[in-house]
Amino acid sequence: MDAMSEHAKDKELRILQGAPQAASASGNHGDHEHEDHAEEDTLRDFTLDLATVREKLKEKSGKQYWRTLEELAGDPHFQDLLHREFPRHASEWDDAVDRRDFLKLMGASLAFAGLAGCGRPDESHIVPYVKQPDGMVLGKPNFYATAVPLGADAVGVLVESHEGRPTKIEGNPDHPSSLGSTDALVQASILNLYDPDRAPTVLENGEIRSWSAFLDAAQGLATAMKAQNGAGFRILTGTVTSPTLAWQLRKILAQYPLAKWHQWEPAAGEGAREGAKLAFGRIVNTVYAPGKANVILSLDSDFLASGPGHIAYAKQFARRRKLDGPNDTLNRLYVVEPTPSVTGSSADHRLPLRAGEIELFARALAGKLGLCSPVPLSGEAANWLDGVAKDLQKERGASLVVAGEYQPAAVHALAHAINATLGNVGTTLYYTDPVEAEPTNNLESLRELCADMDAGKVDLLLILGGNPLYDAPHDFDFTSKLKRVPTAIHLSPYYDETSVYCHWHVSESHYLETWSDARAYDGTATIIQPLIAPLYYSRSAHDVVAAFSDKPGLPAYDAVRAYWTEASARLDTSVEAGWRKWLNDGVVHGTKFAPIKPELKFSAISLPVFQPAPADQIEFIFRPDPNVYDGRFANNGWLQELPKPVTKLTWDNALLVSPKLAQKLELAHKIASRGGEHGQVRSTVVDVDLNGSKVTAAAWTLPGQAENSVVLPLGYGRTLAGSTGSNKGFNAYAVRTSNALWTASDGKITPTGDDYPLACTQYHFNMEGRQILSTGTLAEYRKNPAFAHEGGEAPAKDNSLYKEFEYKGYAWGMAIDLNKCNGCNACVVACQAENNIPVVGKDQVMRGREMHWIRIDRYYANSESATSGKATGDPAEYNPSLDNPQTFFQPVPCQQCENAPCEQVCPVGATVHSAEGLNDMVYNRCIGTRYCSNNCPYKVRRFNFLRFQDWDTPQLKLLRNPEVSVRSRGVMEKCTYCVQRINNGRIEAEKQSRPIRDGEIVTACESACPSEAIVFGNANDPNSRVAKLKAQQRNYSLLGELNARPRTTYLAAVRNPNAELEKA
Amino acid sequence: MAQIFHRSANFLARFSLLGAVVLGGLALTAVLVVARSPYITNERVSRNQPIQFSHKHHVGDEGIDCRYCHTSVESSAYAGIPPTRTCMNCHSVLFNNVGYLEPVRESYRTDQSIEWVKVHRLADYVYFNHSIHINKGIGCSSCHGSINQMPLVFQASPLTMSWCLDCHRNPQPNLRPRDQIFNMDWKAPADQEEAGKQLAAEYKLRTTTELTSCSTCHR
Repeated sequence: MDAMSEHAKDKELRILQGAPQAASASGNHGDHEHEDHAEEDTLRDFTLDLATVREKLKEKSGKQYWRTLEELAGDPHFQDLLHREFPRHASEWDDAVDRRDFLKLMGASLAFAGLAGCGRPDESHIVPYVKQPDGMVLGKPNFYATAVPLGADAVGVLVESHEGRPTKIEGNPDHPSSLGSTDALVQASILNLYDPDRAPTVLENGEIRSWSAFLDAAQGLATAMKAQNGAGFRILTGTVTSPTLAWQLRKILAQYPLAKWHQWEPAAGEGAREGAKLAFGRIVNTVYAPGKANVILSLDSDFLASGPGHIAYAKQFARRRKLDGPNDTLNRLYVVEPTPSVTGSSADHRLPLRAGEIELFARALAGKLGLCSPVPLSGEAANWLDGVAKDLQKERGASLVVAGEYQPAAVHALAHAINATLGNVGTTLYYTDPVEAEPTNNLESLRELCADMDAGKVDLLLILGGNPLYDAPHDFDFTSKLKRVPTAIHLSPYYDETSVYCHWHVSESHYLETWSDARAYDGTATIIQPLIAPLYYSRSAHDVVAAFSDKPGLPAYDAVRAYWTEASARLDTSVEAGWRKWLNDGVVHGTKFAPIKPELKFSAISLPVFQPAPADQIEFIFRPDPNVYDGRFANNGWLQELPKPVTKLTWDNALLVSPKLAQKLELAHKIASRGGEHGQVRSTVVDVDLNGSKVTAAAWTLPGQAENSVVLPLGYGRTLAGSTGSNKGFNAYAVRTSNALWTASDGKITPTGDDYPLACTQYHFNMEGRQILSTGTLAEYRKNPAFAHEGGEAPAKDNSLYKEFEYKGYAWGMAIDLNKCNGCNACVVACQAENNIPVVGKDQVMRGREMHWIRIDRYYANSESATSGKATGDPAEYNPSLDNPQTFFQPVPCQQCENAPCEQVCPVGATVHSAEGLNDMVYNRCIGTRYCSNNCPYKVRRFNFLRFQDWDTPQLKLLRNPEVSVRSRGVMEKCTYCVQRINNGRIEAEKQSRPIRDGEIVTACESACPSEAIVFGNANDPNSRVAKLKAQQRNYSLLGELNARPRTTYLAAVRNPNAELEKA
Repeated sequence: MAQIFHRSANFLARFSLLGAVVLGGLALTAVLVVARSPYITNERVSRNQPIQFSHKHHVGDEGIDCRYCHTSVESSAYAGIPPTRTCMNCHSVLFNNVGYLEPVRESYRTDQSIEWVKVHRLADYVYFNHSIHINKGIGCSSCHGSINQMPLVFQASPLTMSWCLDCHRNPQPNLRPRDQIFNMDWKAPADQEEAGKQLAAEYKLRTTTELTSCSTCHR
């Protein structure tokens, strides 16, 4: 304890494990906070004193969701909670409680529960509409088309609305960025709408103000600004793809000629813009068509899982991984990257190189293709390069080189030149005008703003979205410069780090609450339409900009209409004629950018001599976190708890280091065991000295990481994110400077001697080394198409004590194509949103109690042997000496076994079989023995150990899917194949007296999957997609030898390695 | 040493053992009976409503079709409680100054909903769907009773799970021709056994196993 206290004193803030401090309590702007060993303290301090319980209730509220103390205190539901403190207290009960306390608790719970069970149900009310809106059928959801803007892209979506409550997001098949699918961020964005931590109103210096007061103040400022012609008026935005907002901003700039518009997007690279300037002399937008490419080389690009258009790219790519028989062909993906990404994990060949060496590789490739003089490479890279170059040349016009967002301009320019040489322009990629309304070098733009602020030239700063105080380069010292601005106005959804230093804060509306528009990666515009009136007194950027125009108070709708009235002339239509159709379809037809043919003015020879850093120098690279992105999703519980695609870490970021470097620095993982599960990993804490500042981080050893390269994931370590996101992980922005925005060197890593608990689900529910993953190469598959069946084979049908049940009607089944799955996590969040799955918090994840109904297991395979036969199954056991293992992902929902082992052991018949082969879970019968979970060979059942579901926060009630029961403590739950969708689909078909059509019922995971890896349908219908997949020879059951006969089956992953590289 | 207990104590001991079993059984039975009694199920209990709306008058006397107000009964899980505007369709003209209807006018004027007291209440984990029952030949009165004779609506059926299952196991006695669904006075004809079988085939009713799967109603 003493040592721990000492340790805590050193930290600027001390955060209790699993008990994030309320936003207002942590106004301390330390550059890094580190959670320490306080976890044990909370366990030891735990007593049954009721006064303490109240404290604990407050403390632990963040564990379940993001409720704040303030809200709880002001909320009538909280009073209710206090009245029922005993049952609630039981839910706080920790494993360390001794037997006597246990008995006390059980006795009391029984008595209270028994009393609660008596009596008649309360009188309840029906509250009908006064005037029911047209087109609304009570009990039937409506779907509205809109778009989710993120950076330089917008994903078109259809949002499900139950009586005016948006509950679920689906992809829009008509939208080019979505093509019917979504990703994890899009799925989770709906939770941000209902976030109780959102800023509730307009504030002036912390005092509540009305919107009209803001308008008055804005007009006063506007008059002053006009008098000085706009000198000293600065507007800072993120990347703007909204044509209306850009139009409004340009009008403002016209009104105030000396005003300036700056842009800062912390997690978007400059490479693409600068590279295009280098190659073409102008900024262009590159649109890829990976579906048309037979060979793809990614130069550190994660184009399948991040960046503009990634959902569409993943879909096109996965369609080329379709394998119906041995005669089919596959495309081939080469990836060179410093840190394992989703794209890299899907690669046929992956080469780990430091980020700073990618340029050397690109130059060497250009040299091979005759674009410049040969550049020597050493080691594996040289051998690799030969193979890649030959392969690319073989597929001229059908190959593709993609440069990564965080690579420097030279790499992008080289990629343009290589693609041109290979004749790919016009086939596998094309160029358009930029999608951003005002393409700007963000870094230079922010630098200029900071210099002006420093020089006292800025009188009025309007920050529209973003959080520059948190995410601006450390050396810009944005905080002290912002303090010199006489009036700063911040528009953001949360009262965050930046808001504290601004004079005015305007709460920003969610995209589901306001009118707007946005462009997709290919230029297609979508009108963003609101589905719900703002939940708080919030406004959009359109409103705030209008406040400074000659039309203050102009509603966002009018602004959008006005812009499109003007723009529709260019579309040869009128806004009156097009509007309803645009809204209905979710795209403004005719706005897709036409391809342009920019002239290549670049020669690889003209590049200055390049000298990569010495091989033994450690390189530090900054990357946005796959879940919280640049930090804007930090307060989203779904994303915090979502295991990150490759690392499978939750609730924290960590310094990612290669196994070799970890060995050298003596960094360790200690797997702690608590409550019988292995979810807690104690990792060595290190100090990172970089660019003159220091950050303390937990180190995580990641196989596949380039040897002397370490990753600092951005987006964590926030101090004012809200009760879920504050004080999680470490703040990598604290050591990020403008001269080394993406790659830095000259740093030092020093272990502090401490360790830190990380919650990693990689260790959960593992299958004890059984053979469950089947992979092979295309050559092996052609030789033996049934390779997946070697080893475990299902026994004959009659080899059972039980009588065979014949499924005469529908037999629901699922096939998951491991060849297509890239582990992107879209299905996990989609399932969470559809099925009202709770968030449990880091502490519970460390006990293996996360509730996701579908998990994605990550498997590493030894590079040499991975491509043959079966890999060893245990995800926990990897050999740290493997520097570049092959990576496979396997989504595992309930397998819906026909001979379900769980059903035999349930003493109360709470899990039984349906006539259509579903393994039904009857929550109201379940008494929580957990026998079923014990007997499940696939470990897919989830138990509500505590009352994980937040039943008190009113906002969250709006979020729930009314078609699915909300489960309480003590109840087992699991994937149901979205039985609510099956039932609703069946009812509609039955009403029309017809069979259910194939594809009519789509599960939430299937619908979200960008790769179309998950297919659900009637296995009894030989013409259904699922039956055809199951008929394939690649199809295999997990643990088929158990004769559980799962309805979910898998299609073995087949990689397509280059035989030449294999030999070497 | 003299015996402490008289010989008859043996009988008493045996009798009380037996008595305990019987008493226990009786107690259990009592609990089950109470749980199924109208006291708990609220069967046949009329509720005070904010407006004493009479189905007897509107349906029985005026002959208004169920679907005039319960618009979504054929298409959705919920039959739908009519918005105030539906009341005002007629009552802006008829009885438009009767004090008794002031709450309706007030609701329309102030845009505040009328809060009706729920009469038919199913547990939250039961997902009953009106439309499929209507479409498969189950008439309103099979569950709701003779609404046209109820001045104040009460719950005519116990709405217990066993009551649901009775019909899901053997729906044929309750099947009607489609044109009789909204007939409140429908009585099973003498040949219902035969007619039910025919209708079951015509409606392509799912098998008993399918209709009694847990996930048919629970999810």
